[in-house]
Amino acid sequence: MSAPLLETRDLSVTFKVARQGGWPWSPPRELQAVKQASLRLEPGRTLGLVGESGSGKSSLARAIVGTVPVSDGRVLWRGEDIVSMDTAAQRAHGRHVQMVFQDPLDALNPRMTVGQIVAEPLRTHFPDLSKEQVRAKVGQMMERVGLLPALINRYPHEFSGGQCQRIGIARALITDPELVVCDEPVSALDVSVQAQVVNLLQELQREMGLALLFIAHDLSVVRHISHRIAVMYLGRIVEVATASELIANPRHPYTKALIASVPIPSPKAERARHRPVLEGELPSPMSPPSGCVFRTRCPIARADCADATPAVMNIGNDHLVSCPYHSSTEASPL
Amino acid sequence: MFATKSVADDLAGAAPIKGRSLWADARARFLRNRAAVAGLIVLLLVAAFALIGPFIAPWNNEDIDWNVLGNVAQGGRPSLETGHWFGTDALGRDLFARTVQGTQISLLVGIVGALISVIVGTLYGAIAGYFGGRIDNVMMRIVDVLMSIPYMFVLILLLVVFGRSLLMLFIGIGLISWLDMARIARGQTLTLKGKAYIEAAVATGVRPFTIILRHIIPNLLGVVIVYATLLVPSMIIYESFISFLGLGVQEPLTSWGALINDGASEMNNGTLWMLGWPLFFFVITLFGFFFVGDGLRDALDPKDR
Ligand SMILES: Nc1ncnc2c1ncn2[C@@H]1O[C@H](COP(=O)(O)OP(=O)(O)OP(=O)(O)O)[C@@H](O)[C@H]1O
Ligand code: SF4
Ligand SMILES: [Mg+2]
Repeated sequence: MSAPLLETRDLSVTFKVARQGGWPWSPPRELQAVKQASLRLEPGRTLGLVGESGSGKSSLARAIVGTVPVSDGRVLWRGEDIVSMDTAAQRAHGRHVQMVFQDPLDALNPRMTVGQIVAEPLRTHFPDLSKEQVRAKVGQMMERVGLLPALINRYPHEFSGGQCQRIGIARALITDPELVVCDEPVSALDVSVQAQVVNLLQELQREMGLALLFIAHDLSVVRHISHRIAVMYLGRIVEVATASELIANPRHPYTKALIASVPIPSPKAERARHRPVLEGELPSPMSPPSGCVFRTRCPIARADCADATPAVMNIGNDHLVSCPYHSSTEASPL
Repeated sequence: MFATKSVADDLAGAAPIKGRSLWADARARFLRNRAAVAGLIVLLLVAAFALIGPFIAPWNNEDIDWNVLGNVAQGGRPSLETGHWFGTDALGRDLFARTVQGTQISLLVGIVGALISVIVGTLYGAIAGYFGGRIDNVMMRIVDVLMSIPYMFVLILLLVVFGRSLLMLFIGIGLISWLDMARIARGQTLTLKGKAYIEAAVATGVRPFTIILRHIIPNLLGVVIVYATLLVPSMIIYESFISFLGLGVQEPLTSWGALINDGASEMNNGTLWMLGWPLFFFVITLFGFFFVGDGLRDALDPKDR
């Protein structure tokens, strides 16, 4: 098998958090935002990443684009480790991997015009382009994401949220990247605008052959646009499968709860279905539960779940799940 | 969805539309603020006084008018006939020319101090805040140490040891003026660092110094400008205080502080104009800067986007 476009192997991200009320020299506490996450993404495909707030999705995305340090594990780009590259090579690599952010206004420098914002990656990676060439490319890109090129000298605060997100997408695509990491790109937008932005991303993906890492906190959007979906809980990836397999045949109890929390459009079906609802809070990532991190909220937890981190099991069909009791879940009275 | 109605209407021609930058917005808000505009006009008049004054003054600031020397309280009064519009000082020198001179020096001290603080302080603070970690720690500890030194004492020592000169005064003021600004710039930078546009630039591979110059500094500038306009008067006050102690600029150069000092010592001789004129310019200039600073603050961060 040839190397995938992007692969993470046992990727961990650890933040050091200063102890409150501690001495300046006392060692900081460690917060494991991502622990041993392994993912693969093929060119031109979409990988969905879901998990509730604080599960480490953004941290994983940042480690992939290189804005937070990787504490352990590897990020492979076409089989080549980008964590061990030197700084100049990492900067040059930025051309291939771009990011789209959750809060569209926060992602645009308020002192720059739309033209300057969209042109920045181009100016960084192709400093030899003339002013006219940059301008022409920016105009084309703006048109492509559905913005009038005549608005090139406007400032971000003169646009709506959906338009700002289009500007962010234009900036991400101007260098012709191969992977775009979308960190909850529609969560902050009006419902009416969400579908437009998702459609735009899918359209551009088809035209430009982009791979997408699409992050969301629930399955409602992700299930429709992803080829594969990874489910994250407290920094761990607990289940990965193709989108249809994951929705039709979820194995991990957390995935089941996530699916149950997506409303079904028909009220009748909604009432008729069985909904295991998650109880309790997400534990603190500073002191995660021993063994399986989900055990404090798992409806089918057993005593030995506290003993060891469950291994990732391949249950066929390229469906990976990290719960040894995944098949007993049906039998278990919830 | 593509563009709002009004924007679409503007689109008659294909020529790019000029956007309203935040700076343009701020300028409009500033010009609506009456007190700030009045302050600005006062400052412009004072500046014009300092620049044009030497060309219209009938007397030179160094020449002694021997006619009034023995009789300053009477002959040295402000009057149009003698050409001493503001009167003379106790030595019979023309006070108009001396006030023009003092205004030049005082404004220069204030503006140079503020400029040093803007350039050095902003860059220093932005670099410390952006890089963070150990670099930040070392850089800010240096600021703490410099701040803990009683700067007046050091400044006076400098002036005594190296002699009183304009250069020493600038060095002394330059040494302290940027410290507060560095702290302010660093604090703002820490907030800005969390913005997604900075992350986008880092992810793309923009170099750190380019990020500081392109993304951090322009967004700091609002706060920096406001603080700098309030710093000019405090620099003027420092200088005046030093001159008041008799350690400021050396004769025949003078400054508001030195003139006020001279005037105050003659107060009992019935020559109040010697105190009044420099004090008047000193006070209106300080108020001018305060009003302008306030206006800039309101104009630049109504709800800082
Ligand atoms: N720079 C940082 N320093 C310290 N802790 C951090 C940092 N960034 C994130 N964290 C912590 O790491 C954990 C995971 O955060 P992350 O932002 O990756 O979650 P998320 O899944 O993206 O959540 P959300 O849906 O709210 O965006 C959280 O507990 C968060 O507090
Ligand atoms: S390992 Fe145990 S606690 Fe974890 S999900 Fe499976 S059954 Fe639940
Ligand atoms: Mg997030």
